[in-house]
Amino acid sequence: MVTFPGSLDDRDAARAVRLAGAEPVSLWHGDRDLSGVDAAILPGGFSYGDYLRCGAIAKFSPVMSELVPAARAGLPVLGICNGFQILCEAHLLPGALTRNAGLKFVTRDLRLRVENAQSAWTRAYRAGQQIVVPLKSGEGAYAADPGTLADLEGSGQVVIRYASGNPNGSAAGIAGVCNAAGNVVGLMPHPEHAVDGLTGPSADGLGFFASVLAGVLA
Amino acid sequence: MSSPDTVARAADTPDQPQPFAELGLTEAEYGTITRTLGRRPTGAELALYSVMWSEHCSYKSSKVHLKQFADKAPRSSALLAGIGHNAGVVDVGQGYAVTFKIESHNHPSYVEPHQGAATGVGGIVRDILAMGARPVAVMDALRFGPASAPDTGRVLPGVVSGISFYGNCLGLPNIGGELDFDPCYAGNPLVNALCVGVMRHDELQVAAGRGPGNKVILFGSTTGPDGVGGASVLASAAFGAADGESAKRPSVQVGDPFTEKLLVECCLELYSGGLVVGIQDLGAAGVACATTELAAAGTGGMLVRLDAVPLRDASLGPPEILMSESQERMMAVVEPDRADEFLSVCAKWDVRAAVIGEVTDSGRLVMTWHGETVVDIPPSSAADGPVYRRPAERGADQDALAADDPDALPRPADGAAMRADLLALLGSAGLADKSWVTDQYDRYVRGDTVLAMPEDGGLIRLDDATGLGIALATDGNGRYCRLDPYLGTQLALSEAYRNVAVTGARPLAVTNCLNFGSPEDPAVMWQFAEAVRGLADGCAALGVPVTGGNVSFYNQTGTTPIHPTPVIGVLGVHDDVRRRLAIGFGPEPAGIVLLGRTRAEFGGSAWAHVLHDHLGGRPPEPDLDAERRLAGLLAAAAEAGVLSAAHDLSDGGLAVALAESCLRGETGCVVTIPGDPFTSLFSESAGRAIVAVRPEAETAFDQLRSAHDVPGVTIGTVGGDSLVFAGLFTIGLDELAAVHARTLPALFG
Repeated sequence: MVTFPGSLDDRDAARAVRLAGAEPVSLWHGDRDLSGVDAAILPGGFSYGDYLRCGAIAKFSPVMSELVPAARAGLPVLGICNGFQILCEAHLLPGALTRNAGLKFVTRDLRLRVENAQSAWTRAYRAGQQIVVPLKSGEGAYAADPGTLADLEGSGQVVIRYASGNPNGSAAGIAGVCNAAGNVVGLMPHPEHAVDGLTGPSADGLGFFASVLAGVLA
Repeated sequence: MSSPDTVARAADTPDQPQPFAELGLTEAEYGTITRTLGRRPTGAELALYSVMWSEHCSYKSSKVHLKQFADKAPRSSALLAGIGHNAGVVDVGQGYAVTFKIESHNHPSYVEPHQGAATGVGGIVRDILAMGARPVAVMDALRFGPASAPDTGRVLPGVVSGISFYGNCLGLPNIGGELDFDPCYAGNPLVNALCVGVMRHDELQVAAGRGPGNKVILFGSTTGPDGVGGASVLASAAFGAADGESAKRPSVQVGDPFTEKLLVECCLELYSGGLVVGIQDLGAAGVACATTELAAAGTGGMLVRLDAVPLRDASLGPPEILMSESQERMMAVVEPDRADEFLSVCAKWDVRAAVIGEVTDSGRLVMTWHGETVVDIPPSSAADGPVYRRPAERGADQDALAADDPDALPRPADGAAMRADLLALLGSAGLADKSWVTDQYDRYVRGDTVLAMPEDGGLIRLDDATGLGIALATDGNGRYCRLDPYLGTQLALSEAYRNVAVTGARPLAVTNCLNFGSPEDPAVMWQFAEAVRGLADGCAALGVPVTGGNVSFYNQTGTTPIHPTPVIGVLGVHDDVRRRLAIGFGPEPAGIVLLGRTRAEFGGSAWAHVLHDHLGGRPPEPDLDAERRLAGLLAAAAEAGVLSAAHDLSDGGLAVALAESCLRGETGCVVTIPGDPFTSLFSESAGRAIVAVRPEAETAFDQLRSAHDVPGVTIGTVGGDSLVFAGLFTIGLDELAAVHARTLPALFG
């Protein structure tokens, strides 16, 4: 669990990791050390105040200089919201996240469809399964050039899609993508806010954390 | 840089004229300062006194009334010992303590809605942080002019985006609040921000500069010319430097939530390291207020080097530095041998920090500027301020208002007309679906939000293992208070108390934000005195102490004041949030019971306001004893697990409450109205709630109800896809939802 200055959902993601049965380890943005973790999560928030562009400064932090090669070598990495933006800025994932179509921050419980149940973070789901997870972002509209979008669709790298309307103008209703190897996943919605029916709309989000734990233990 | 006005120079030039009137001081107040100092004040001292003795900082017109909150305070074991009534910390059990407060940011939010509202959130968060607590949630009580007025289209979206920008970026869930509209707020919107924070009992911090030799450290943002209300007056009238742009800066501060987030984490690490002797946030009156209050509450003396304050504009002089309201700053008192450790924690969080002075035992607050003394005052003389008992007189129009009885208004004659009235209410801006606003706020962050808007109260989990939590609600009703400020304030208190109770929590403590017109208007002062008396009496009757609050005067356009609008916040403790009650019906079947007594009470009601644009008569009669019994029943029923929903009755009465419960749970209901249909549907009698009783628990609930002596009548059942009032009218949930949802998006895009 990487904490940047301005990370906000690190505590929530750590709770989700615990609920899934794994042990969360805190990583500080200024450390060049991944502490031997089996998987990494870049949580939501406003790293470095989202100055310049969301995620644009975080990609230069010391921890990212370790994380990027580790991810290219196969370490499972999940970026949620601002974490997704950082992964795109760091070119671990294709495309970019832009201002919502309505130009307003949007918090909403949404129905999502799992398109790819093979990635390191979605193995616990079935392809086509519908889940309910909150979205909360101001710059969540996924954008990529037509060629990239076609490649993503063709290679099954669209992991999650909005299933009931498009809340922010994302291209092809894309809510999450993965890299070609399937170990790096970026999600705009927040599965860590859907870990029980008490504090979230469902417990559907736990599957992302359970997926990677199962992979690590396998 | 022009040479500063020093203490020595002030002594040598006793007759030099000073711009005290432009800074808002009266001739008598200026005379008091001169007598206290035995000379004329320096420019810096004048700046300091003018902001410290402003209504905003000194409470000079309200203090004599606010004393009642302490004098009439009910005995409460929940208030932690040693805490004054202005900085209340509440014991919620299991070693946890909670502090909460509301503050107004009305005027800045009208001038510059986005930044005005944003810095309102930032300011109240630092208040809570300065108590030693981690801020865990915010709420906002908002009031605007008519929803369709062009200026509301400027102010409301800006305010909402400002709260969204600052609160979301700070990582604090926004768990509720209020949104209302009335022409009286057209030139003077109300933006009241609440923050709640949590700590362990032993983590409480004090705002006192104790221990001679201890270092005074200013940390956070640099100090700039923003928010210097009167400094341009100072500059042009007496102190030179009026040339160039430095004299023409906006008086609204600009917020940086990222810096505030770092400041929060930095402070909490400083506290846990035991590095802080005393701490104060910088809000209104900035460095002037923080140094004066720390010194006055501590050993009594302080030496401050104003030239050591890190500036973002090198042209600032002592008066501007003292008055600046630059955001995201804190001031701490630190033992000298811990100062390096303190500074290194700040460095870790990229928070700028500077040692600007020391605590002394001189009994004087002394400030220097490049070696020359520019301030030398007894700190309590500035911190205590004048006290006024302003004339108060019941307004001449109160009798005519009271005589304008809503009974004379034409009522809906049949079911079809009542149906139309209910839809008009649900589609009115004040009662419509607020998602357009609340969807812009993050309610999920921190992962402990159990209930948030549109529930009656917000509910936050404090402890994962035990389920301990806190509930919060704010309420105010300017129309009721306009008709009768004493009763209206008790009704606001009753509603907030009830909104906490319907979650299953036990109400514990009260905070308030008292929004009024000019205290120099005797009719307004009467409203204020009546409201404070009503609140103090109400809190005594309910057994919940006032732990703090805020007064906002001068809310008026020209000579026309806003409706008196005390906004009351109530905090409750929930023993186990897993047993919380929420407002939505279904999906399982249940019997619907209406709790409390219904009388024909339409004065100040939503029905009179929305359907007839009418304000007159008497507001509903508060029944504090009934509220207390109802709250006891709801807590017991939540614990027993016999209810599947509970919803408070307020604006729009039973009809609106049932519609809201249907919409929230996406489940209909069939209800048979007891008694006169119109009164049953739309009256706003206090002390009422609807509950959905689990079928197998009807007897158990009846027994609880009798034991708590709460009247109740079964009025129908949960189920179906329509809101059905048998024999009167039916509305399908689709139509209900469409009417409820469309209003705010149609108005604000």
